[in-house]
Amino acid sequence: MTETKIPIIQIRNVSKRFGKVTAVDNVSLDIRAGEFFVLLGPSGCGKTTLLRMIAGFELPTEGQILIDGQDMSLVPPNKRPVNMVFQSYAVFPHMNVTDNVGYGLRIAGVSKGEIRDRVAEALQLVKLGGFEDRMPDQMSGGQRQRVALARSLVMRPKVLLLDEPLSALDAKLRAQMQFELADLQDKVGITFVTVTHDQDEALSMASRVAVINKGEVAQLAPPSDLYEYPANRFVADFVGSVNIFEGTLTLDEPDKAAVDCPGLGKVYLNHGVTGPHGANVWIALRPEKIYLHVPGEGKAVRAAAQDAPDGHNLARGTIKGMSYLGDVTLYDIQLEGGQIIRVSRPNLSRHDQDDFTWEDKVSMHWRADSPVVLLS
Amino acid sequence: MFNRTAIAPLEYTRTLWMRSWVGLIMLFLYAPLIVLMIFSFNDSKRNVVWKGFTLKYYEKALNNDSLVEAMVNSLTIAFLATIISLVIGALAAVMLWRFRFPFKGLVEGTMSLPIIVPEICLGVAFLIFFAMVDWPTDLPWPLNLSAITIAHITFCFPFVAMVVRARLASFNKEEEEAAKDLGATEWQAFRDVLLPHIKPSLVAGALLAFTLSLDDFVITFFTSGPDTITFPVKVYSMVRFSVTPEVNAASTILIILTVALTFIALKYQGVKGISDAH
Repeated sequence: MTETKIPIIQIRNVSKRFGKVTAVDNVSLDIRAGEFFVLLGPSGCGKTTLLRMIAGFELPTEGQILIDGQDMSLVPPNKRPVNMVFQSYAVFPHMNVTDNVGYGLRIAGVSKGEIRDRVAEALQLVKLGGFEDRMPDQMSGGQRQRVALARSLVMRPKVLLLDEPLSALDAKLRAQMQFELADLQDKVGITFVTVTHDQDEALSMASRVAVINKGEVAQLAPPSDLYEYPANRFVADFVGSVNIFEGTLTLDEPDKAAVDCPGLGKVYLNHGVTGPHGANVWIALRPEKIYLHVPGEGKAVRAAAQDAPDGHNLARGTIKGMSYLGDVTLYDIQLEGGQIIRVSRPNLSRHDQDDFTWEDKVSMHWRADSPVVLLS
Repeated sequence: MFNRTAIAPLEYTRTLWMRSWVGLIMLFLYAPLIVLMIFSFNDSKRNVVWKGFTLKYYEKALNNDSLVEAMVNSLTIAFLATIISLVIGALAAVMLWRFRFPFKGLVEGTMSLPIIVPEICLGVAFLIFFAMVDWPTDLPWPLNLSAITIAHITFCFPFVAMVVRARLASFNKEEEEAAKDLGATEWQAFRDVLLPHIKPSLVAGALLAFTLSLDDFVITFFTSGPDTITFPVKVYSMVRFSVTPEVNAASTILIILTVALTFIALKYQGVKGISDAH
């Protein structure tokens, strides 16, 4: 991926209010040229409003948006160097594929020969060669989306905006399109800005993700950082699945820390967290980072003892729920304190290697670098 | 009639009672028209007994200058009223669909008033209005039809607006945004995206307006001057003396004309397009 440090889009202190509702609340972020940027958030969090402000369909109540260094405040949508793929695709139903894709070029007054060449090239790019004369109602949703993509790409925009591009596709096609979009972005080198509520989509395609919550940026980071180093409980919970326990910070030194969680037990970390001693914090623990053991603590204790002091990073409980998902099995385990913890375990063999089932007593341990301490 | 295969639950048209019922409805709807058409060929001064086939009443009707003039007047008014209603109605529909403004509900309500208000009231209102503003009645043709045309536009355009509005409800606004996103101006987006979408409703609205205007009697009766007789008014005055086959012949011509026009419009737009308009 060609990533330079020049921001192609600069969003500066942008707010958008609809009457009394604040959709976007003082957001500032830079989108770099050539990156695949994803705005991720639950529905109604303001991510689509932000995208529509970049496209020019909404004007910021406050703040400023710059594209390629130019202030866009007074520039209408048809004059902006960005193009958008709409959630409904918005393919023109009365035009065939060629006319749809060539529409923007015709408006721009490009010569007929060049339109023909560029439309053919764009259709090749989205793998729609041979569909030139089809009408939109003769195409599937996935194909219509490709038309919408080609129609935008043919304009050679500086930035391509995509509003929930995969939400209307079925699971298999969605997975395929995720790869194709990332591949396409790599090929054309245009900056992509995508809005989605689907974390899988965000994690698999993005070079950087901005998680939006209630109109504010909750965290801006590359996908792996987002998952492994969430900044707060909202991000930890929204991206992936997580167990969260409240606790008190009892030890905090540069190379180690400990949190006492009434619901889970003593948690030890092999790094510092820079929080005030005795502070109220939260421990986030991913289900796949917890090891499950047959009853009798011996194994768990020995495993935990390898990188944590005695009695830390251990828990006991009873299996209250199981869901077999093929590649992994999820266990809902009731801890001794009554709280439920979720553990996922890859099905490495074709049979359950330890034969866990409902109401079994189990022991758990996790490594000292697995828990994340959250201050908010 | 007697099919060997069993009648499936949804094959209504194959059950006898359903066929009879449909037949009865057809008879109820079209018998009077068919009788009218048949008796236009009747070789008799009276319209009661069949005396033999003739075309002489068609000849007579077409040679009746005042009847032909009334027919031409009617068609001219209908044509003008349709065109103007189409423009006003479509614009009103787009305005009500797109914008939010104070008293929108009130505007919407008053706009459809001409549909609700009894025609006789509208007729009297127009009569008084044109008398009050002293609308000139001695203008040369076709300007002498202006009063009637204005009155017709008043009750035709709300119908156009209604049909177009219904069609607009199914418009995906993202299509218009997509056009603008690709560089289209407001006008280009309207021409290339919105207009093609509402086209079927414009055809349907035009048909409605045209037929409404063509056969309107009450309002026309109150707004027409001595030299501006329209076809329905003329027929009425002829019938007051006696119902001759001449009236039948003229009516048949009008029926064929409107049916042909509808047929052309459907052919041009496609039946599907027009039913989609609603």
